[in-house]
Amino acid sequence: MNDTSPSRPFPLPSEIENVPGTEGWEEMYPYYTRFQPGDDQVFWFYNSMHFPEPMPAFDAIGAEVPYTAMGANTTRVFAFPATLGVEHRIANGRVYITAHAVSDPDEIARRTEVFNRRAAHYFENWDELYSKWREKMMALIRQVDAIEVPELPEFDDEEVVLEARGVAQNHYVREAWHRCIESYSMMWHHHFEFLMLGYGAYLVFFQFCKKAFPEIPDQMVARMVAGIDILMFRADDELKKLAQLAIDLGIEDAFVDGAKPTQTLDAVKAKDQKGEQWLAALEKAKDPWFNISTGDGFYYYHRSWKDDMTVPLSALPHYIASIKSGEDIFRHTEELQAERKRIAEEYRSHLETEEEKGAFDQMLGLCHRVFPYVEDHKFYCEHWFTTRFYEKVREFGDLLVRTGILKEREDIFQLRHPEVEAALIDAMLAWAAGSKPLGATQWRPEVEKRRKILEKLEAWDAPVAVGPMPEHLEDPAVQMLWGITAETLQAWSRAPDKVNDKELHGFAASPGVIEGTARVLRAVNEIGQVREGDILVSPVTTPSWGPIFPKIKAAVSDIGGTMSHAAIISREYGLPAVVGTGVATKRIRTGQRIRVDGDNGIVTILD
Amino acid sequence: MSRHAIPVIRWFAELSLAQRPFVGGKAASLGELTRANIPVPPGFAVTTDAFERFLAASRTRLDVRAEISALGAADEARVATTGRTIRDAIVGFPVPADVEDAILGAYRALQESGAGSCVAVRSSATCEDSDEASFAGLQDTYLWTDGEAAVVDRVRACWASLYNAESISYRQRLGLDEGSLSIAVVVQSMIDAACAGVMFTRSPTTGDRSVIAIEACWGLGSCLVSGEVTPDRFVVNKVTGEITVRNISTKTAQHVRRSDGQGVLDTDVDAELQDVPCVTDEQLAALWQMARRVEAHYGCPQDIEWAIPRQPADPARPVLLLQSRPETIWANRKKEPAARPMPKPFDHVLDAMSGRKR
Repeated sequence: MNDTSPSRPFPLPSEIENVPGTEGWEEMYPYYTRFQPGDDQVFWFYNSMHFPEPMPAFDAIGAEVPYTAMGANTTRVFAFPATLGVEHRIANGRVYITAHAVSDPDEIARRTEVFNRRAAHYFENWDELYSKWREKMMALIRQVDAIEVPELPEFDDEEVVLEARGVAQNHYVREAWHRCIESYSMMWHHHFEFLMLGYGAYLVFFQFCKKAFPEIPDQMVARMVAGIDILMFRADDELKKLAQLAIDLGIEDAFVDGAKPTQTLDAVKAKDQKGEQWLAALEKAKDPWFNISTGDGFYYYHRSWKDDMTVPLSALPHYIASIKSGEDIFRHTEELQAERKRIAEEYRSHLETEEEKGAFDQMLGLCHRVFPYVEDHKFYCEHWFTTRFYEKVREFGDLLVRTGILKEREDIFQLRHPEVEAALIDAMLAWAAGSKPLGATQWRPEVEKRRKILEKLEAWDAPVAVGPMPEHLEDPAVQMLWGITAETLQAWSRAPDKVNDKELHGFAASPGVIEGTARVLRAVNEIGQVREGDILVSPVTTPSWGPIFPKIKAAVSDIGGTMSHAAIISREYGLPAVVGTGVATKRIRTGQRIRVDGDNGIVTILD
Repeated sequence: MSRHAIPVIRWFAELSLAQRPFVGGKAASLGELTRANIPVPPGFAVTTDAFERFLAASRTRLDVRAEISALGAADEARVATTGRTIRDAIVGFPVPADVEDAILGAYRALQESGAGSCVAVRSSATCEDSDEASFAGLQDTYLWTDGEAAVVDRVRACWASLYNAESISYRQRLGLDEGSLSIAVVVQSMIDAACAGVMFTRSPTTGDRSVIAIEACWGLGSCLVSGEVTPDRFVVNKVTGEITVRNISTKTAQHVRRSDGQGVLDTDVDAELQDVPCVTDEQLAALWQMARRVEAHYGCPQDIEWAIPRQPADPARPVLLLQSRPETIWANRKKEPAARPMPKPFDHVLDAMSGRKR
C-alpha cells in the first residue's frame, strides 16, 4: 500500500498534533508503536472497528498480540500468496494500521505453491481440526483460570519446607504473570488459526453473489451465510428462559426496574426454596453462557455478564413484562433456519445456468462448513477467554494493591504489560528484602496522570486515515477484516468529516427506514435508560447488548459490518440498522430526532 | 391455410398459451394467468375465427389478403396507401350477424357478471410462422369503450389496425407471410385505475434476476408507457419483498377517463399529489407477490403491466394484472457465468487468494 498519488485528502502522520494537556502520552505505549519519519510515505487507517476509544496503556496489548499472531499466520504459517501482515502505530491513543501485501508476481507464485498445500490441509480436515481447536481453547481457558497469583504472606507456606520444594513464592509471581501473558498470546494465535481461511470462503461467495446479482445487498449475502445457532446468542436466550422461570415459579416481583444486582439477588434469596431454584438455574446459565463481554474484548472495562450482573439482571424486568403481556420473545431457530434456507434456494433458482448453480452450491456449502468457527471463535476468544484473562490480571492488581504499589486493583490497567512485570518484580524484591516496594512513588502518580491523559484524548477527533492516498487497494485481508475497499477510500477522501455533519454513513445492515428519538449509550450497563421505541446509538453492540433490542425500533453503531451482532440481531427483530458509522456516538446526542435508513446505510440528524 | 372451426368467443378462463394461434399472444397470456388464479380483469377474446369470417364475408368487395400479399417488398409510400385503403375498407364493412351477436352476447354476459359497461378493446395479433414475433404496441388499443355499438366499432378498428403502416413494415422486415397472419381482439372489463404502471421481474439496468423494478404513475399506465410522465421508481427484492430503492418523482401528467365516458383524457395531476408516492408499501407488497407468481408460472423473467383500481372488486386483490410477456432484452444477451464449479469447493478460495482473475 505504498503507492502514492499527488492528492492529499488525509493529513500526514507527522502532521498529527498533540492534544493539549496530554504531554507524555507516548510513554503509555511501546516505542515500536510510534510513528516514524518514514511513515509519512505510507497509508494508514484508523482501526476504529476494534479500537474505538483511546487505549489504556495495558490494553495496547490488544493490538500488539493480535497483530503478532495474525501476521505470523498470513506471512509465515500459511504463506497467503498476496497478503502479509499488519503494522500498527498509536497516535493520541488511537491505533492506526497498514497492511503489507505482495505485488511481485514471481513472489506470489512462490508463495501460492506453499499456500495451496497448507490451506488445503485445513480445508480438507476442517471439521476434525475445528473440534480439536475447541479442545485447545477450552484447555487455554482452564489454564488462565487456574493460574494462582501468589499471596506473598508474611511467611511462605509450610509445604515449601516440608516437601522440600526449595522455591519461594515470589518466584511464582513472575511465572504466573508470564503464564498469564503467554496464554493470552496463545489464544490470539489460535484465534487466527482458521480465521483468514474462513473469511476467504466468505469473500469468494460474496464476490460471486455480487457478480451474479449485481444489486444484491451485502446484508443478503450475510443472511445466506450467517449461522442461527451461534454460541454468542445463547446468553440472551438463557436470560429469556430465566425470565420465564421467574414467572413459572411466581417470583417475578423480585425483579424490579432500576434495582442494583445485589438488591435483586437479595430479593430472590428472600423467596426461599423457589428463590434457590431460580438461583441454581442462574448459576447453570452463567457458566459458560454469561462469559460474554459487554464490549468486543479489547478494553479492560468491558466486563462479562458473569463478572458484572448489571446487564442481565436489569434486562429481566422487561423480559418478564413482555412474556406476561403475551409477547413471544424467544428466538425461533427452526423458523430462522428455514428462512435462511428459503432465501438461499431462491437466489440459487435465479441463477441462469447449471454451471453457476454448481459453483453457488460449492461456495455456500463451504461457507456453511467454515462459519461455525468464524462465528463461534469470538465466543471462545474475545469473550470467554479474554474476560477470564482480564479477571486474572485484576488478581495481579490486587497483589499490587496489597503490596502498596497501587491504590486500586483497576489501576493495573494504566500500566503497560512490561511495566506490570516491573512492578511485580519490585514487589518480589521487597517481599524478599523485608523492605517496602518503591513502586508507590513510581506508579501512583503515573496512574493518575494517564487517567487524565485518556480523558483528554477522548475528545480528539481522530482522522479516518493518515498518509498519502494509495492508488490501489486490492487487499483481500483489509477487505475481509475491515470492509475497506478502494470505494471506501474514495468516499473517505470525498467527504471529509465536516462537509455534512447532519449525515452519517455506514453499512446498510438491516433494511427499513424509520425516524425516532436517539438514545446514545456508551456502555451496555446504561441499558436501564432505554425507553420503548428509542433508536439505539452505541459504540458497538455485542451479544451482551441483546436485551436492549426488544425495546428499540432501530439501531446505529460506530463499529461493525453486515456480519456484526447488531446487524444479525436487527434483521431478526426486523429493525432498520446502520452499523460502522465510525462517529455516531460522537455526533448524535440523546433526545435528538434521527432518521435511520437501513436500506442505504445513512443516518440523518433531523434536529 | 387450414383453420379448424373454432368459436368466435373464448372467455379468459377457457384459454391457455396453447390457444395462442387463434387468440394471439396477449389474450392467450391473459387466459393462462386467469387460470393460474392471478387477478386479471375479466374478459373474453374475439378469436381469429371472427376475423377470418369477417374477411371471408367481405372478400367479394375487397380481398384483403390478396391486396396485402401483392405488396411484396414495396416502398414506404405504397405500403402507406395500400394500408390506408385496406383500413378504410375494413371499418366500413359490416360484421357478419352471427359474429356480432356472439360479441355482443359475451359483452352482455360480462356486464351481468358485475363488471360494468366500460371495457378496454385491445388487439391481440398472431402469426403461425413465428412465436417470437412481438406485435406489442403496433396495433390499436381502445380504453374506456362503452356501449354495444362502440364495442363492435372498436373490434373492427382493432382488425383494421393490423394494416397500419408500422405493422406492415414490421412484418416485411421480419419476412413474415401475410397469409399466416391473423388477429384476435381482447374485450376486457375496464379498470378505473388510481395508479398503474409496469414492472420487470429483473433489473432493467443490470439484468439482476433477484430484484423487481417497478415504475408507477397516477391514473392509467398509458401515460407512463408513452413517456409523458416521469414515474415513481421502486426496486423490491424479489426474494424477501424488501423495498430497497424508492425514487419518488414529480408526476405532473396523468391519463384518466374522459368526462363524456368514451376514451382517455390527458390531464394535470393535482399539485398536492404530484410528489406523493402513487403506490403504498402494501400495494408494493401485492405487486411483489404478483410478480413472483407470474414469473414462477412462466419460469422466466416477465415484463408486466398492472393497475390498481380506485375501487377494487376484491379488497384481497388490490392489484390487477393487465398484461405479461417474457422479458427479451437481457434474456437474449449472452454473458459469462459468474463462476464455474471447481474440482473441490475450497479451490475457489485458493484461486481467489492467489490473485488470479477469474
